[in-house]
Amino acid sequence: MSLTNDQLQTVAHLARIAVEPEWTEALRSDINGILDQASRLDDPRLNELEPMAHPLDQVQRLRPDSVTETDQRETLMEGAPAQEQGLFLVPKVIE
Amino acid sequence: MSQFAIPSGWEVVIGLEIHAQLATRSKIFSGASTAFGAEPNAQACAVDLGLPGVLPVLNEGAVRMASLFGLAIDAEISRVSSFDRKNYFYPDLPKGYQTTQLARPIVVGGSVTVTTGEGKKAKEHTIRVTRAHLEEDAGKSLHEDFHGMTGIDLNRAGTPLIEIVSEPDMRNPEQAVAYARKVHAIVQYLGICDGNMQEGSFRVDANVSVRPEGDEALGTRTEIKNVNSFRFLQRAIEFEIERQVDLLETGGEVVQATRLYDPDRDETRLMRTKEEADDYRYFPCPDLLPVVLDDETIESWRAELPELPDAKADRYQSEFGLSAYDAGVLTSSRATAEYFEAVIAREGSDAKLAANWVMGEVAALLNRLECEIGECPVPAEKLADLLERIADGTLSNKLGREVFEALAEQGGSVDEIIEARGLKQISDTGAIEAMVDEVIAANPGQVEAYRGGKDKLFGFFVGQVMKAAKGKANPQAVNEVLKRRLDGN
Repeated sequence: MSLTNDQLQTVAHLARIAVEPEWTEALRSDINGILDQASRLDDPRLNELEPMAHPLDQVQRLRPDSVTETDQRETLMEGAPAQEQGLFLVPKVIE
Repeated sequence: MSQFAIPSGWEVVIGLEIHAQLATRSKIFSGASTAFGAEPNAQACAVDLGLPGVLPVLNEGAVRMASLFGLAIDAEISRVSSFDRKNYFYPDLPKGYQTTQLARPIVVGGSVTVTTGEGKKAKEHTIRVTRAHLEEDAGKSLHEDFHGMTGIDLNRAGTPLIEIVSEPDMRNPEQAVAYARKVHAIVQYLGICDGNMQEGSFRVDANVSVRPEGDEALGTRTEIKNVNSFRFLQRAIEFEIERQVDLLETGGEVVQATRLYDPDRDETRLMRTKEEADDYRYFPCPDLLPVVLDDETIESWRAELPELPDAKADRYQSEFGLSAYDAGVLTSSRATAEYFEAVIAREGSDAKLAANWVMGEVAALLNRLECEIGECPVPAEKLADLLERIADGTLSNKLGREVFEALAEQGGSVDEIIEARGLKQISDTGAIEAMVDEVIAANPGQVEAYRGGKDKLFGFFVGQVMKAAKGKANPQAVNEVLKRRLDGN
């Protein structure tokens, strides 16, 4: 498995990471190494195994449906760079 | 009524994705409240905000409600289901991913039966459900002017949803609307969703494509979003069918895309194309373990299932002798069925009479006031009082309607209104006989002509007596007495 430069740029864009052109080759080589490692999972002998959703052989604990959190807006908004009328303000996003 | 018809030579294929907010008290992965209408961000805790180091803990109520839906549509409830992360960047999704179920949804399969048309034209269709999975809702972005910035309210973030995905089994807009309405009814009967489309508790996206009649291969589809009423769903699908057929018939092609419905202009608009669509890079959520349900738990939930719309409609037909159409209308929403059942709860009540009133006067009133049956100004108990006065002969149907209007406008009790307005029907034979005798005495010419064979004059006499009684005489009694007196027995 080998990642092209275009694919690398696409993945970087999806992760919102700015990749400087001079990093491209080194990154590509690292990622290809990781992909090679992961491609061991293509071993046909693994086809007979049930895929795991989680490495721990445990079951999800469920929580009763009750409200346990109180309003902590003031504390939780302390770190927000901008806020108004109880809203977090972010740079304008129009879809 | 719309004048829409599917262009000839074309077949339409529709599938729906429905998001229903589950009516839990707390969020799917946190203990914050889900109540609607709180101050912005007052119900967003550290987990909902995606602060570092927090861990989700799954709400048992959400799992139960999703399972109830699955049981209601005869689906398989997965003994093991799991959560995945759907990654995308948007400010109202603070974690940078939505926790959802891709590989192993909690509900698999099942189907919903819908009816389109009425009377002899009524047709049943079975719409298959592919899956229904649990996921979390995102927050809300407010694009009003905050000095050129966007305001983010995360109260809705983490509200549990089930996304119900249908197979592309619908062939016209009516079927799609009937299916959406049936799912809407089912979640309300189950009490797992309040069904409020304006507030976004029940959201419908439609996948629409067209293909030449007889073709096997599916055409390119578009997905319509932003439809917040059943009427708009119908309009949006109709518009999209016409748009696609026009394109194909003029040598163009349909581009796979997401389109937004604009109710003001009654059209769909391009939102994004497939090329621009995000690559969500799903992967299993490492923070959540697989959800395992045993048979005992599932059976205990099955025992909770209420009588559902189809079963209720069948019972209304067999128990009350209602037509399939009437039974379908009365069971179309939980609130309507509850109203109807409250009206007929009284001993000796006449279910057919009640059905006619609920579907006639009550429906017309709600239409006029543009309100839901839950807010009907004439509560079921008062309608039951009114029907009792019709059944015992105190009121004719016509006078009943007058009392109904009075109840709707000013409230009060049925008997008070009858008393105050002097609406009591005259059923007393003696009084009617006196009026009949007066009318006969005052119209000797007509009496002679009638007795000479002019039968049609009977209506004239009925009219005269009714006039004398100011419309309050029991029509049946008037007919009987008139016949007796005129025919000379």
